[in-house]
Amino acid sequence: MTSEIQLAGFGGQGILFAGKVLAYCGMLSDREVSWLPCYGPEMRGGTCNCSVCLSDEPIGSPVVNDPDLLIAMNEPSYTKFIGAVKEGGYAFVDSTLVDSEKLRDDIDEFRVPATRLADENELKGGANIILIGKLIKETGIISMDDIEAAIRKIVPAKKAQLIENNLRAIRLGYEYSE
Amino acid sequence: MSNERMLMKGNEALAEAAVRAGCKCYFGYPITPQTEIAAYMSKRMPRCGGVFLQAESEIAAINMVYGAAATGVRAMTSSSSPGISLKSEGISYAAGCDLPCVIVNVQRGGPGLGGIQPAQSDYYLATKAGGHGDFSVIVYAPSSVQEMADFAVKAFDMADKYRMPVMILSDGLLGQMMEPVVFPEIKNNEPEKDWACTGHNNQRRHNVVNSLYLKPEELEQSNIERFKKYDTIKQELPEAETYLTEDAEIIVTGYGAAARIARSAVNAARAEGIKAGLIRPITLWPFPEKAYADTVDTAKAYLCTELSMGQMIDDVRLATSCRRPVRFFGRTGGVIPTPAEILAQIKLIKEELK
Repeated sequence: MTSEIQLAGFGGQGILFAGKVLAYCGMLSDREVSWLPCYGPEMRGGTCNCSVCLSDEPIGSPVVNDPDLLIAMNEPSYTKFIGAVKEGGYAFVDSTLVDSEKLRDDIDEFRVPATRLADENELKGGANIILIGKLIKETGIISMDDIEAAIRKIVPAKKAQLIENNLRAIRLGYEYSE
Repeated sequence: MSNERMLMKGNEALAEAAVRAGCKCYFGYPITPQTEIAAYMSKRMPRCGGVFLQAESEIAAINMVYGAAATGVRAMTSSSSPGISLKSEGISYAAGCDLPCVIVNVQRGGPGLGGIQPAQSDYYLATKAGGHGDFSVIVYAPSSVQEMADFAVKAFDMADKYRMPVMILSDGLLGQMMEPVVFPEIKNNEPEKDWACTGHNNQRRHNVVNSLYLKPEELEQSNIERFKKYDTIKQELPEAETYLTEDAEIIVTGYGAAARIARSAVNAARAEGIKAGLIRPITLWPFPEKAYADTVDTAKAYLCTELSMGQMIDDVRLATSCRRPVRFFGRTGGVIPTPAEILAQIKLIKEELK
């Protein structure tokens, strides 16, 4: 099975980091993984996206054109990518920053006020990880053990306090219901 | 730590492997999409007793490689397409002096300043026209982050073995993407370099590293000698991966990033009952002609895919002696083809073959 994931939002929202967390999870569960950033001439505040593939087979193209799963963290990303999600796929949308009506009825779309939840819980910048918590809950493509191990692996030792924050963010997203 | 699977960018994996292979001098100049190599080296080199130097230009960087290589140390430079054009004079000089060194090209779209997105439009530059004069460089084409690491090691070994420059022809896709990588166990394959200019203390005749021969007969002789070496390399070095080619009617071929996309298309074609296969050259010079010649009796047509307007296709035609039609599909300027686009081409060829 291959899961093709697109993550998109503003620069600074941790899109690339969230993608890296997912790729690490895949690697820890012995799957083939790829992570590809869109490396245009973007700058802070501009749009940013990245492609992650998790698969049981060698990954051909690392470019995700039609994602199985979309994480959209702002309005332009939502409108740009929602149409490309495969029928029967999933979208996880930060409803603090996305106002538009749901545009698809042939996919499972979950809206989580991730930025607001992050602010209320003193997890500034944790909206990306909150959405991953929801993704884990709804899709089961990654286990809680793997995500915890991935976060412990990626967060540098000198920023150890961020490990606990990220784990809290995962649980917030996992437990959130609309 | 050495056998651990690590998640790294292709550029970083290449840089780390180069250090492990004994690269002691790195000279570079920033350009997207290869700057991570220089950034990684700037952190890593001082910690392992090596030299990292950001030169004032690409031309300076390649000539620093020339100087370092002349003293016998393993030296490397990296750039992206426009920067490699600038380095071509220095590459020719290094070839003319039989200097082992490694040059990395993480290709982007061109010509001119072009763009910063992945491309494969420097195939000619790498394999046919790396600079002025009668010479070639060995060219490796990685297709994964693992191969970015593996071929960095191989490049240094082959550069020393054959005493010549080796190029790693990568692209922005492979440079920027992350995949798991396991660093290879390094055997020290660095030979004794009795030709190197290391100071002679009046104990031996001094060595000369030079590419200037004012007598035509001497220059001709040095070229003839070098081409004898090339003949050996053409026997020993060509390398390709073949995938599902035994019974394939339609053989898709491409290197590097294009080969990954082609592989997805071949799998999709097989799922629809089309007998498709893949030949992926690993060495671009010498070109793995045998991999093609071995299939030309059984295959009915070839489809060459590149992130260019079509450059490697010339070598595919030569390797198949034009005995079968060779079609081309490419996207250029930084646009990356999709597996679906290549599958559509395979289906078109299948229709034509009916």
